[in-house]
Amino acid sequence: MGDLLSAAISIAFHGLALAMVLYLISVGLSVTMGLMGFVNLAHGAFAMAGGYGLTTLMGRLHLPFGLALIGAIVIVVLASFVLERLLYRRLYGGDELDQVLMTMGLIFMTVGAATYFWGPVAQPIHPPDLISGQIHLGSRDFPAYRSFLILCGVVLVTGLWLGLERTRFGAQVRAAVDNLRMAQSIGINTSRLFALTFALGSGLAALGGALGADFLPIVPGYALGNLVYFLIVVAVGGLGSIRGPFVAALLIGTADTAFKYIAPELGAFFIYALTMAILLWRPRGLFGHA
Amino acid sequence: MAAADQLAPPAMLDGFARRHRLRAFEALPWLMALAAYFVFPDYLALGAQILATILFALSLDLVLGYAGIVTLGHAAFFGTGAYTAGILAANGWGEPISGLVVAAAAAGAVGFLSGAIILRTTGLTLLMQTLVVAAMLLELANKATRITGGADGLQGMDVWPIFGAFRFDLFGRTAYIYCAAVLMIGWLLVRSIVYSPFGRSLTGIRENVVRMHAVGSPVRRRKLVAYTISAALAGISGALIAQTAQFVGLGALGLERSGTVLIMLIIGGVGQLYGAFIGVTLYMIAQDRFSTIDPVYWYFWIGLFMIFVVIFARGGVLGLIERARRQMRRPS
Repeated sequence: MGDLLSAAISIAFHGLALAMVLYLISVGLSVTMGLMGFVNLAHGAFAMAGGYGLTTLMGRLHLPFGLALIGAIVIVVLASFVLERLLYRRLYGGDELDQVLMTMGLIFMTVGAATYFWGPVAQPIHPPDLISGQIHLGSRDFPAYRSFLILCGVVLVTGLWLGLERTRFGAQVRAAVDNLRMAQSIGINTSRLFALTFALGSGLAALGGALGADFLPIVPGYALGNLVYFLIVVAVGGLGSIRGPFVAALLIGTADTAFKYIAPELGAFFIYALTMAILLWRPRGLFGHA
Repeated sequence: MAAADQLAPPAMLDGFARRHRLRAFEALPWLMALAAYFVFPDYLALGAQILATILFALSLDLVLGYAGIVTLGHAAFFGTGAYTAGILAANGWGEPISGLVVAAAAAGAVGFLSGAIILRTTGLTLLMQTLVVAAMLLELANKATRITGGADGLQGMDVWPIFGAFRFDLFGRTAYIYCAAVLMIGWLLVRSIVYSPFGRSLTGIRENVVRMHAVGSPVRRRKLVAYTISAALAGISGALIAQTAQFVGLGALGLERSGTVLIMLIIGGVGQLYGAFIGVTLYMIAQDRFSTIDPVYWYFWIGLFMIFVVIFARGGVLGLIERARRQMRRPS
């Protein structure tokens, strides 16, 4: 009985930490897909860029962890802003096959570029002493870094939720997701809204990618290798919301951890089966608009 | 009587061509395939791969370009066909033609079963479901090590000579002609489907599904039939590559396989039957060249090439040709 409880706590803890990473990376994808109807398969590349940015700023420029993290996010936000203006906006409302071709092209370019600059080996992330090691809580030890991940996730989810529900910008995003043409008619500058949302989503992905290197190693094939995970979170959660991907990330994160604990020989099979079942039950995802 | 006498051979050919809507340019890919056999004798192995992959892209065009089903999981059927043919050949049945038939049946069955479940939805949901079907098969193939060889790939395939006479040679001559012949049969099949009333109703479903429902067309059944045929063709393509390479790896079921065939088709042009021929040839030759020049970073260049296509050649190569033709016709 004690073993069972201990296993359950362990699964819940690690599942929660994985869920936070998945959520941070996927929420931007969900909002941009809901807002612009854009199938951005290359979203994971921004997460990977965050990871590479963090290791490079820490390893080569010897910046402290916090500063390097902020620096990495700023770089990715600026890069995504430029990419949005140069490439993505050409294809808004266009043929989805063109979007697939362009974003797959971006993925391939990041694979080549990452191999060129960092080589094929996974980049290690060294968190500062403050958040490495173990935390004693009651009679149990918890890895400090993963506790830090969960804490970060909770803070950001709250912040995002407040931002979307309580600010003028959030109201504009919600209006544009619900009815783009009406939002334009009443004078919302949707072009600017798209650019800001895209940059914000990419920044969150960079944060998730940098912090989540523990779960999703920073390798050149990152964007393609983890694409299925990000898309599952978006599709199961439903497009265009921030609550949907959160619940989906919790579900997928804990289920993945649990299945890998209970039946490691079957790998990710159960996650796919679960996704299939949810999509058959609710084709628009758990919180999708009807 | 007199009219029949005047029906000289060229006129008969003309009548045949008109009846089957054959146009002169449609001979071009086959003439080029024939020419390539003699001009590039050192590249026949690559040529065979290209021909087999064209069949894969053609099968995708049937569902994507005609029935409007956007899928990121077509490798599920390619891989099923490849593993079926591979497992047969590794376990004492190396007869290639029957291997193709069994592979087509297995892939078609997977297409029928998964299609019956997932073809109710559209858009992102359908895309995800196709992707998940392929991912589940990949997981199964990865874990069933005893049957599939798992991550090491399936080894020990022994493919017998075609018709007991034509042995697969080191230069890929037999493989090239074998793939070309099978592709031609597949092309004739897809072509006749596309021009049939059934094919027309698929186009109708792609263009306006609500109206097709309204005129009483059995939309889901039509989609399912197209999906099953396409899956079987993709299975044949996988089996061809397995038999000619004498190896099957997990990559046959992977997301990259599904993604690249989609990319090749978009580069050529979707829904026009010949986009598959142009796109696959362009992509695979580019990939071969880039990876020879720059074996480590060629992904970067092929990605750049794809973005150039999106910016400068919307609608793929066939779209580009169509626009150029319109430009020339327009009086200046």
